[in-house]
Amino acid sequence: MKLLKQREPLLALMIVALVGLVGLRAPVFLAPASLANLVTDSTLLVMLALTQMLVIVTRGVDLSVASNLALSGMVAAMLASRNPGLPLVLAMLAAVLVGLALGLVNGWLIGYLQLPPIVITLGTMSVYRGLVFVLSGGAWVSAHQMPQDFIAFPLTRLLGLPHLVWIAAATLALTAWLARYTRFGRDLYAIGNAPQCAAYIGIPSARRLLWTYGLSGLVAGLCGYLWVARYAVAYTEIAYGFEFTVIAACVIGGVSIAGGIGSVAGAVLGALFLSVIGNALPVLQVSPFWQSALTGLVILAAVLINARGNRHRSRQILPLHTSDMKSAA
Amino acid sequence: MNPILLTPHEKTSRYAILDREAPRLKTVLGRWESLLAVLLVAVFVADSIALPHFLDLENLLDGTSNFSEKALIALPMALLIICREIDISVAGTLALSSVAMGLAKAAGLPPASLLPVALATGGACGFLNGLLVTRFALPSIVVTIGTVSLYRGLASVVLGDKAYTGYPQLMADWGQGYFFDIVPREFVVLLAFAVLFAVLLHATAWGRRIYAIGSNPDAARFSGIAVDRYRLALFVLTGAMAGLAAFLLTGRIGSTRPNIATGWELEIITMVILGGVSIAGGVGSIGGVLLAVLTIGTLTYGLSLANIPGIYMTITIGVLLLVTIAMPRLLRGRPTRQ
Repeated sequence: MKLLKQREPLLALMIVALVGLVGLRAPVFLAPASLANLVTDSTLLVMLALTQMLVIVTRGVDLSVASNLALSGMVAAMLASRNPGLPLVLAMLAAVLVGLALGLVNGWLIGYLQLPPIVITLGTMSVYRGLVFVLSGGAWVSAHQMPQDFIAFPLTRLLGLPHLVWIAAATLALTAWLARYTRFGRDLYAIGNAPQCAAYIGIPSARRLLWTYGLSGLVAGLCGYLWVARYAVAYTEIAYGFEFTVIAACVIGGVSIAGGIGSVAGAVLGALFLSVIGNALPVLQVSPFWQSALTGLVILAAVLINARGNRHRSRQILPLHTSDMKSAA
Repeated sequence: MNPILLTPHEKTSRYAILDREAPRLKTVLGRWESLLAVLLVAVFVADSIALPHFLDLENLLDGTSNFSEKALIALPMALLIICREIDISVAGTLALSSVAMGLAKAAGLPPASLLPVALATGGACGFLNGLLVTRFALPSIVVTIGTVSLYRGLASVVLGDKAYTGYPQLMADWGQGYFFDIVPREFVVLLAFAVLFAVLLHATAWGRRIYAIGSNPDAARFSGIAVDRYRLALFVLTGAMAGLAAFLLTGRIGSTRPNIATGWELEIITMVILGGVSIAGGVGSIGGVLLAVLTIGTLTYGLSLANIPGIYMTITIGVLLLVTIAMPRLLRGRPTRQ
């Protein structure tokens, strides 16, 4: 029973129950192909939620991930479509480097200039999204303009699993290692828990923040390529509003927006939870118009479940003289 | 509070309360509002030099409709952010209020009842936000990220792939009408509410308490301010203002569409932050917000006169936000840690 009091096992159980319930209504949902599809669909959200988790743990937030993704994806798509002979690795590298550079801009402003993350990423979010339009002139890069191997890569199978799943698994392993076993990762929790104390004990907060946002940007850039290649189209509005889905995944996974609390497993489970809902609704033949409303309800429900016990913000330290006020405390 | 930091001449009691600073030119010019005013004048002058028809009074006044509705939501949002809360769901609230008006009109309610319908819907949305934030001690950014998809989702469930049109003349009058044939009514509504909010925030005990809550919620609570009641009231107020904005916007464009007001939440928050309201709470003024609104409005109006696509405005506003936030830090040099 103790296991169930913890957030991650509970969330995992909720996901399994949800999958089971959907399976009862529509058995096709439980078919191996459908479940494999679910995992593939969730990969991008999982990857972005992982780095967003690291950012939120430092008391920050990166609202610019979706715009970063769109810009990096557009760079990769344009590069590949203009130079059909270009090796795929270079197109991917371009996306990753663009993403990293954009992330480092955030990180520098937030870490070294100590500006509020929500304001900075709000600003860069608009700028990056606008740059996609400037770069492409508002034009789309569609499937027939992109080289075949560029499009094929994400879903090509290696040992039976698509590359997308392998990349997500590698990101998961790296983030887990980073958060748990490296000084870098542990410092992030310290910064989020008590920024002043972190400075006192000599944690180089500015440098840590720089690279945390850089990492978030790097993964956003990688996801930019994967997104564009997977859906075989690049345009200005790609992943519009996706930053909120990513943050919602983290919040459902128990990452505290006040910093210092968050686990890799939580972020992954949160992302999986949202993906299950996203994939289940069409299977249950729910009108697509309901999708957003249901997602909102689920986020609120998950947040409420997570919040049990949050209420004890202040404690009665000195005894009250009147006993009838006990209930008021 | 570290005594080592005190230079000899300020070595007084650590509980000394400083007198109000003398109104020196340097302190007045160094204020955020003054910087914004300079920026506004600069944008205005640049636009009038670059664009031959910029200073046409009628066009200039018509241009205000671009930002009036957003600014109406920015006013209560400023109060919320001063109070250390935030509401991401305002655009969703606006969409839901607009849909509610569409439903009410289809149900045959008289035109005069549509404004109360919008205000009530917006207020109810705000109440739900406030209730979740105060009752369960949840961070408002998390709650409103959830409710924004809920509200916009409900709006799209009702709306489907249709659009409501054929709104009564009364709404068009307020959305696109003029006072004295020249001043847009929306702009007058905005100015009236700006004055109202300025008085509320800067001249009443109610306003002082909002600053107190934003500066230190715990201290405010222990000094007897009903912190949660204030927060709840501000969320309801923000929702109701989003309802009012829905009334004006729906009247102006004459229809409710599924994509109504998409992305507004971020533009509104940008306006508030550019206006000098600190995201950490406790700092800000309505005058600053209004100046920021006018600056952004003038800038976007100038860009649209020059036939520059809307997305460039997005970039400009983003850069403006980044530069104004980063500039004081860069000029002052590296901040010292306390």
